[in-house]
Amino acid sequence: MSATVETHEAHAHSHEHHHEKESFVSKYVFSQDHKMISKQFLTTAIFMGIIAMMLSVFFRLQLAWPGESFEILNYFLGDRWAPDGVLDRNMYLSLVTIHGTIMVFFVLTGGLSGTFSNLLIPLQIGARDMASGFLNMLSYWFFLVSSVIMVASLFVETGAAGGGWTIYPPLSALPQAMPSSGLGMTLWLVSMALFIASSLLGSLNYIVTILNLRTKGMKMTRLPLTIWAFLVTAILGVLSFPVLFAAVLLLIMDRSMGTAFYLSDIYVAGEALDPVGGSPILYEHLFWFLGHPEVYIVLLPALGISSEVIATNSRKPIFGYRAMIGSIMAIGFLSFIVWGHHMFMSGMSPFLGSVFVFTTLLIAIPSAVKAFNYITTIWKGNLVFTPAMLFSIGLVSTFVTGGLTGIILADSALDINVHDTYFVVAHFHIVMGLSAIFGMFAGVYHWFPKMFGRMMNSKLGYAHFWMTIVGGYGVFFPMHFVGLAGAPRRYYQYTDYPMFDGVYDLNVLVTTFAIFAAAAQAIFLFNFFWSIYRGQKASQNPWKSNTLEWTTPVEHIHGNWPGAIPVVHRWPYDYSKPGKELDYVPQNVPLTDGEEEH
Amino acid sequence: MEKLLLVLVVILAVVGIAQIAKVYQVSSELQKRREEDISPTSNKVNANLWLLFMIAFFGFFIWQFAAYGDMLLPVAASEHGMEVDQLFNVNWLILIAVFFIVNFLLFFFSWKYVHNKNRKAYYFAHDNKLELVWTIIPTIALAFLIIYGLKVWNDVTDEPSADAVQVQLYAKQFDWTARYAGPDGIMGESNYLLITSQNPLGLITDETIELRVAELKEAIAKSESKLANEILPDNQVEELEDRIGAYKRQIARILNFKDSNKDFSTAYDDIVVKGEFHLPIRRDVSFNINSRDVIHSAYMPHFRAQMNAVPGMTTKFAFKPTITTDSMRTIMDDAEFNYILLCNKVCGSAHYNMQMNIVVESEEDFAKWLSEQKPFVEPESMKAKKESEEDKVVEDGPLAEKN
Repeated sequence: MSATVETHEAHAHSHEHHHEKESFVSKYVFSQDHKMISKQFLTTAIFMGIIAMMLSVFFRLQLAWPGESFEILNYFLGDRWAPDGVLDRNMYLSLVTIHGTIMVFFVLTGGLSGTFSNLLIPLQIGARDMASGFLNMLSYWFFLVSSVIMVASLFVETGAAGGGWTIYPPLSALPQAMPSSGLGMTLWLVSMALFIASSLLGSLNYIVTILNLRTKGMKMTRLPLTIWAFLVTAILGVLSFPVLFAAVLLLIMDRSMGTAFYLSDIYVAGEALDPVGGSPILYEHLFWFLGHPEVYIVLLPALGISSEVIATNSRKPIFGYRAMIGSIMAIGFLSFIVWGHHMFMSGMSPFLGSVFVFTTLLIAIPSAVKAFNYITTIWKGNLVFTPAMLFSIGLVSTFVTGGLTGIILADSALDINVHDTYFVVAHFHIVMGLSAIFGMFAGVYHWFPKMFGRMMNSKLGYAHFWMTIVGGYGVFFPMHFVGLAGAPRRYYQYTDYPMFDGVYDLNVLVTTFAIFAAAAQAIFLFNFFWSIYRGQKASQNPWKSNTLEWTTPVEHIHGNWPGAIPVVHRWPYDYSKPGKELDYVPQNVPLTDGEEEH
Repeated sequence: MEKLLLVLVVILAVVGIAQIAKVYQVSSELQKRREEDISPTSNKVNANLWLLFMIAFFGFFIWQFAAYGDMLLPVAASEHGMEVDQLFNVNWLILIAVFFIVNFLLFFFSWKYVHNKNRKAYYFAHDNKLELVWTIIPTIALAFLIIYGLKVWNDVTDEPSADAVQVQLYAKQFDWTARYAGPDGIMGESNYLLITSQNPLGLITDETIELRVAELKEAIAKSESKLANEILPDNQVEELEDRIGAYKRQIARILNFKDSNKDFSTAYDDIVVKGEFHLPIRRDVSFNINSRDVIHSAYMPHFRAQMNAVPGMTTKFAFKPTITTDSMRTIMDDAEFNYILLCNKVCGSAHYNMQMNIVVESEEDFAKWLSEQKPFVEPESMKAKKESEEDKVVEDGPLAEKN
């Protein structure tokens, strides 16, 4: 390890000298510096997030006031997709699909991991940069190109992909079955293939960096929980994304080369098709083999961020550090053997279903351990309510609230009646949507001074948080009731069913909250962009935190530390340690005589 | 003009906020206030907001239960549905309790342990006993839920009894068709290659085979004459040739059915219905579910029943209805009420309106309804014979059991 550190020092030294010589392009565009790449990921993700959020407001308008005319829809979607301001039903499905795809992959996978793994891994483990700056740069550029293609697919004449973000064939394989399964779907598949490449390049880099480039003294058991979460996330990504790639590839072949992996016995648009012997169930297995770990790829980084933020702002060590690591690993492992719970109603053997019931419900155990550990961390703490802290506590609440309904969905007998209803929509939006986005906001507020050298305004942060949690729960909580009334998801309108009249008001309530929550994000956007240029200059360690990133200078430099990389002597959670004058002891402070590590 | 005003308002709002932010910044610089120093007032306000939020959140939850509890699905109308609902209630009880307790602790602690510069946080890094407790308690609770849940699942997916009514649910974009076996009690075979507008399920009979082959031959002849007589661009020529090839392959595959020497007369008496199908009360109904184009899902929420319809394979679901449509109308106090089958897997543009009514009635009414339905093929000779037999059949009971 020491040898690595030395070479890195020399490396950093040489960089310092020709620091000024960097051109605009190599500094801001094709940067290989992890801090710049992290900022690139974040701004791209914010942009994608705005688009995905606006799409959701569009289709929520239709759901609350079906068939009514909205000028805004006509303004954005034009006469083709919103004639007279009424949303077209094919476009409705495209909006739902692209909203889901962008949120899950581009905001909460690429955006969350891309931003914070890149920013924090080298800074918190004490490395000059990622193991491969070049791969890191490629990872971002693949991500950007795939983002551009995904957004471009919204402008295709036949519409963007519309079969739901899971794009089950045969619907997604047959343009005859749905016009948006034509060029729109092709672009979706191309975009996803590039996205997968981006994700793999990133993940491999994260794993290698964490395992090999830790500074002296940074044992695995001294890593901040953020890093543990990023490590397990990256491993999940490396193991599961290639399977999605295979699924996508086979689908491309079925679409354009006449193969029959997923197709059999199909009569559509007045024609019997040739393929015989394929099975859509195969696709479902392949898709969910990624799809379920994906949930944790989204969630774990958020949990890692909140662990760090909660410990720092409770001025108290995270409770059960080792149990937290164990839970992360248990969740990571189990996430690979539960995918079948998405398929209880697919026609899969009921016995196989019961195996998945068992493995799925096991995940509740490490999740419960994590939730209780968070609460114990807060107990008898000395809580400082920074905006990041508010979002982290909000995350614990949504993680618990949304996680509990997962127990219902994991039970195959109960899933029969709530499968694919709004109950599912409520569940995953709370447990993974809200939690992950809260984690992301917490990360942005907490590490903004590290990223941009300035502070975000806390008052605006408070307004943003309280409006977001009220709006978030206001949107997704009533959906449980809509689902329990039996309302299926991905319906353009419910007016053809008298049985759903009773919960009609709830749809209006949901949409109202959605508009409110969307408006609240304007506060964040203003705060974010304003603070980049005009925010108060940050001090070196604004949150009085223990981790190594706060030992670097405020102004970014290549190689992170001007001198030698600090040596680590203790774990990152020595907050309010008895016998210490200050309520925090950074990781690079040596143990005093007779002091126990923890 | 309106749009211009709107733009102006937005611009002014942004400028206004920017100015306020600037004033705030200047004032904090004058007061030497650092953004990272969270003032005692800010901490206090946020702590109180947690408490307020908790009350509002719990109130919101309770209000929804009170206001919408009875808008949810009515009592289950099937035997296994009752069992499922019971399992649901047990789960609910546990989950809602945990929901309240955990959220309460979280928000209460957030309020109680707000920052106080005279106090130091309690250094409490781990406690094996505590951690063991909250690993073991959820484990026990989950073990109970898993075992109970799997028991119910086992009952639900159990084989239906031998005298079950056989119903095929056939999905296509965007409607459902139901099929009963008819007096012979045997569902005739079907294949997607035989689908025509007169034969929407592609049932195999000697006649449908001949009809389809003739149709395909005609289509081939048409395409061939087009190729021979018209001057077409290359891509259209290619397309036509491909199509002729496909039709020829289909003919070959269809003729294979004939060579298999199977008896295809079992399809004659099959009953194919649209728009509405009937079920007898207190008798197992066994559904075979198919789709001809994309994945659909047969969802019958009142019976707590759902199963995907997957092209290329047959999926199964069975249940025993326990409440007739009429009784349910009384329970719901709604004379218009109908059980429905709806599609619950996104299947295209009209996915949101792909429904079929279900009528549950007494065994006698069901048998009567079934006897009134037209069979798939009604040969002239059979017609007269059947009419004379009709009364007898009703007396004898359900048609499906005759053989």
